[in-house]
Amino acid sequence: MLNLLLPEISMLLFAILFLFISVKKKKGSSYSFVRLISIVPLAISLFSIFSKGELFCGAYKIDLFSQLFKALLAYGFCLMAFMFEKTDEIDEEFLPEYFMFLAFSVLGLMMLVSSVELITIVIALEISSYSLYVIVPLRKGQSKVQLEAAVKYLFFGATATGTMLYGMSYIYGICESTFLTDIARILPTFLSQPYGILALVLTLSGFFFKLSLFPFHFWAPDIYEGASNITTTFIATIPKIAGTALLIRLTMSVPTVSAQIVNILIVLAALSMTFGNIVGLVQKDIKRLLAYSGIAHAGYLMMGILAFSKDGNTAAIYYITVYLLMNLACFYVIMLLSKRGENIELNDLVGLSRRAPLLALTLAVAAFSLAGIPPTGGFAGKLFLFTSAFKEGYLSIVIIGAANTVISIFYYLNLVRMSYSKEASRIEPLSLTFHQKAMCYIFVFLILYMGILPFGIFEVFRAAL
Amino acid sequence: MIQMEQYLIMNSLAFPILSTTIFLPLAGACLLLFMKSEKSMKVTALITGIITFLCSLLLYTNFKTDTHLFQFGELLPWIPSFNINYTLGIDGITIFLILLTTLLTPLCVLSSWSAIQNRVKEFMFCILMMEAAMIGVFSALDFILFYVFWEAMLIPMYLLIAVWGGPRKDYASIKFFIYTLFGSVFLLVAIIAVYLKTGTFSIPAAMFVKDFTFTFQVWVFCAFALAFAIKVPMFPFHTWLPAAHTEAPTVGSVFLASVLLKMGTYGFLRFCLPITPAASVYFAPLMIILSVIGIIYGGFVCLSQTDMKKLIAYSSVAHMGFATLGIFTLTLFGFEGALLQMLNHGITTGGLFLCVGIVYERTHSREIYDNAGLGPIMPVYVGFFGLFAISSFAFPGTNNFVGELYILIGTFINNKIAGFLAVVGAIIAAAYTLRLLKQIVWGREDKRIIPDMNLREIIYLAPLVVFVIWMGLFPRPFVLTVEKTLAHLSSQLQNYLH
Repeated sequence: MLNLLLPEISMLLFAILFLFISVKKKKGSSYSFVRLISIVPLAISLFSIFSKGELFCGAYKIDLFSQLFKALLAYGFCLMAFMFEKTDEIDEEFLPEYFMFLAFSVLGLMMLVSSVELITIVIALEISSYSLYVIVPLRKGQSKVQLEAAVKYLFFGATATGTMLYGMSYIYGICESTFLTDIARILPTFLSQPYGILALVLTLSGFFFKLSLFPFHFWAPDIYEGASNITTTFIATIPKIAGTALLIRLTMSVPTVSAQIVNILIVLAALSMTFGNIVGLVQKDIKRLLAYSGIAHAGYLMMGILAFSKDGNTAAIYYITVYLLMNLACFYVIMLLSKRGENIELNDLVGLSRRAPLLALTLAVAAFSLAGIPPTGGFAGKLFLFTSAFKEGYLSIVIIGAANTVISIFYYLNLVRMSYSKEASRIEPLSLTFHQKAMCYIFVFLILYMGILPFGIFEVFRAAL
Repeated sequence: MIQMEQYLIMNSLAFPILSTTIFLPLAGACLLLFMKSEKSMKVTALITGIITFLCSLLLYTNFKTDTHLFQFGELLPWIPSFNINYTLGIDGITIFLILLTTLLTPLCVLSSWSAIQNRVKEFMFCILMMEAAMIGVFSALDFILFYVFWEAMLIPMYLLIAVWGGPRKDYASIKFFIYTLFGSVFLLVAIIAVYLKTGTFSIPAAMFVKDFTFTFQVWVFCAFALAFAIKVPMFPFHTWLPAAHTEAPTVGSVFLASVLLKMGTYGFLRFCLPITPAASVYFAPLMIILSVIGIIYGGFVCLSQTDMKKLIAYSSVAHMGFATLGIFTLTLFGFEGALLQMLNHGITTGGLFLCVGIVYERTHSREIYDNAGLGPIMPVYVGFFGLFAISSFAFPGTNNFVGELYILIGTFINNKIAGFLAVVGAIIAAAYTLRLLKQIVWGREDKRIIPDMNLREIIYLAPLVVFVIWMGLFPRPFVLTVEKTLAHLSSQLQNYLH
């Protein structure tokens, strides 16, 4: 049994290790140590990628799908650890605790992708959420924005969980089971009736909250703005991977799908894209901008999920992987630019291509990828999403998605425009260390790789379904 | 999997020549990244351009003129689960467009030798990336591959305008990007629609095999036509062009006018006509009307311009109007004329923009008045400029005359009124070009000291001059090369013309 849980155990040990470090009296900076040992969970997850089995009376399923997502989560976590720099963002004193909570959050997400039963899902989701509630206010030197963000996140999160639990109680009432397989078998027959739809939509709202899909997006911009840059990086990327995994797990277990559900999802996806992109147009703070972009991208992602097909799900996994990379790249540039942990505005980018050409390039590649311009990974992902939704005959959402791509290009292009086209009055060069340069090259390479040579990765994802 | 061998004559040369032509500039661009001195970057870019041109000359010498099939084919699986392949091949339509691209690139590098002072590395990088993407667009035979090149080209072009452009570069570059992307995303939707019908992203499969229903054709045609009409640009989608042309650096303008605009008309010839023939016949009158409006409107706007680059930009709207007019006459004469017009416009307008660049480097103004009266001051320059100008309004004996003649013949076969209006447009073209020429040569009497063209500038204009005269006096080899492909296209359409 223990060998099936290796990735989770490694993450747990990681967290406990930092728990012990946090009680130590003298605290040195431990970045390289964190980097080094963050590779361990990744290696273990990759090692155990082919393990198979069921635990806890079938509530916990270990298959290629879950292991793949665990590896993806560990990979994201590892990249984050490597992005972590000595800045003045987080109090030195709280660093070990900070890592501990991050690790706990990833642990919760890892459990989430394996859960196939409602109670397990709730527990896993809460483990990850509670850790995040704690780390949002950990930000040094700002006024009270981080506290406001923390309170908002807590309240929104609690409300979402409450709504989800309420929906789950309905589901249990209808299906008399908490196992997804049973629910998938029984619930569709009740979906012609209002309370069936209500139960499902309420339950899904908890997952949509994680993805920040419209209309569960209210938290995103404020929390992105208030939390420290590194915390935002985490919240913006890694929980979304697990949220996607859960949605895909749900759609996979449903044999047939009713038109109402698809219609609801189409409407949500369309609203999410359009809302996110239109509000994104007027943002000045880059983190807020990326928050709205995230809302829009949740909409794109839903195109793959609402197709209820193997192609669609594969496309969604592919897209979330690319999304992870391009968002991490954007946030990395933000983190390097903000020397004292402050938020970065669009105007701060002016002259970036002269100050640090490599950062400007990384940002440009990430922005073009977010916009979906070939030959970046964002384009390949979008192509797969559009094709899979179109294949099932949902032309309307494809056209809305296409139109949204055009809207969104304006603010993504703004990022590029600010750093390349605008000339700064004075230029202070920004020198990068070897490590930082290497990270930038890695991001650029990975984003382009996923755009130019998508086939190998795509086949792996497809095999997992 | 549809048997590609039917439509594709595989490459029989010792090496994959099309891939080489595409990836040579890319390799050159990567090489630039490791260089320190500006001189060596310029030389590297120039040498890369020249080698690529020589490589593409091999295409011409080995080109078989007795078949309409795609030649020099290369086929590799790319994304098998979606049936996307790395397919390359060229036919009569594309061979000269590729040659035009590869010819212009070294000339562009030469022209920016002293004009570009800052960020030389990035500039040369962008030029070479552009070249690779442009050759890729013309040789891709897979929709996705085509689309990747088509869109990827936007990024270096955007940067060329946004970084090295004129005072309003910010506005012009964003407008260019968004306008073009707006057309392209619907192109992508149409591509996916065609894929779902044929089961493959192969372009020849869609061209030669499927007979789609009329409704489907109408929708696909609309999506295609929107993308291509923006690129051409046809009236009323032309508003991005003057801004982009005016603000772009000389090289950007040359690439825009000479190659990027041709992608629109290429799209009509390659996609709209063969894939959606019935819809093309159905929409042809509308397209002819828009083309004629473009010709007349572009001409009138030109008459009132005081900025040299703007004038040439609007004249592009008119000239490209001739090209789309030729295409939608749906006659063989029209097709041949359109293709010739595309090449001629590429050479002539490219030459004109280079000329404006030369004088801009000396006077730092694009206003006609500031550059007037150059006749006695820069005699050599005026000679070149005069030749390009008279070729621009299709003076007999120059290249444009041949193309416009073919188009007018085709138009009169199809539609007398459109033909008459096009002739009126040609007269307006003479009026505004001669007005420009008169101003530049004799416009002012005061004595100024402006150095005449130097050897480098003569070298990069000379090849264009050769083509202006060659294609004007002896167009037979060009027509012969493209004839078979266009004849096949025309015979394909015969079934749909009543």
